[in-house]
Amino acid sequence: MLADTRFFTFASPPRFYALAGRLIPWLWAATALLAIAGLYVGFFQAPTDATQGDAYRIIFIHVPAAWMSMLLYMVMAFWAAIGWAFNARLAAMVARAIAPTGAMFTFAALWSGALWGKPTWGTWWVWDARLTSELILLFLYLGYMALVNAIDDTRRADQAGALLAVIGSVNVPIIYFSVKWWNTLHQGATISATTAPKMVATMLTAMLLMTLACWAYAFAVVFTRTRAVIAERERDAKWLNGAVPS
Amino acid sequence: MTWGSASEFFAMGGYGLYVWGSFGLIALCMAADALTAIKRHRDARAAHPEPGENS
Repeated sequence: MLADTRFFTFASPPRFYALAGRLIPWLWAATALLAIAGLYVGFFQAPTDATQGDAYRIIFIHVPAAWMSMLLYMVMAFWAAIGWAFNARLAAMVARAIAPTGAMFTFAALWSGALWGKPTWGTWWVWDARLTSELILLFLYLGYMALVNAIDDTRRADQAGALLAVIGSVNVPIIYFSVKWWNTLHQGATISATTAPKMVATMLTAMLLMTLACWAYAFAVVFTRTRAVIAERERDAKWLNGAVPS
Repeated sequence: MTWGSASEFFAMGGYGLYVWGSFGLIALCMAADALTAIKRHRDARAAHPEPGENS
């Protein structure tokens, strides 16, 4: 198989289906190991924060979830656009497979943010720029999912979804820069490319380990759901029935 | 080590409800997202079973 591997080899649904099936167990193993390591460092190595006490430990899931919510949206919009522009079947299927996981991470960021805001800001929620734009991201994910499910013609549904996903992607830089552009209750960026990290090394390590765990998790779940979409759309294809182990 | 005892660990310096409420519900959501994806794949493969298929 490797002898004839080219750039677009895994854009073929049967090839991708087989490759993803092989990778998924390893992705789950990576998720488990990284999450255990991240939680261990986060809860047993990182010290209690001087000002926020132990409430700050919510950061170890809040920041990775918020990053994933924005990253997955951009990845979803990218593949939806590729699927639309080049009529690439697998790209459109990947876009659909990402949406529920992206929505889940968006909800996780909002939920952990509310539970962090109550003890530190004194409120579950404020209508400030960062929180509101993140809530809009959740509605974009849900709107995308509702739209593609409401249209019976698969290709038309993928095209309509791609349009919504691409237009909605303008919201992601708004979320990211909202803490710079407007006065908000939310603190600034936790990690910046231009300045040295302002946190203790163990806190940073725990957060990065949890982020990697979320990456591995997202790959595992999105690959599983992509395989489900492939199996649904190609259920009458010969290659699926018998040729490939599930 | 940060914690003197297990009860201290679960109390999280008085913020237990917020910390465990965050991690607990998100763990449940992540599990639900993964399990629905796995079930969706299984259902799709089961829709047209082929003799000799090892699903």
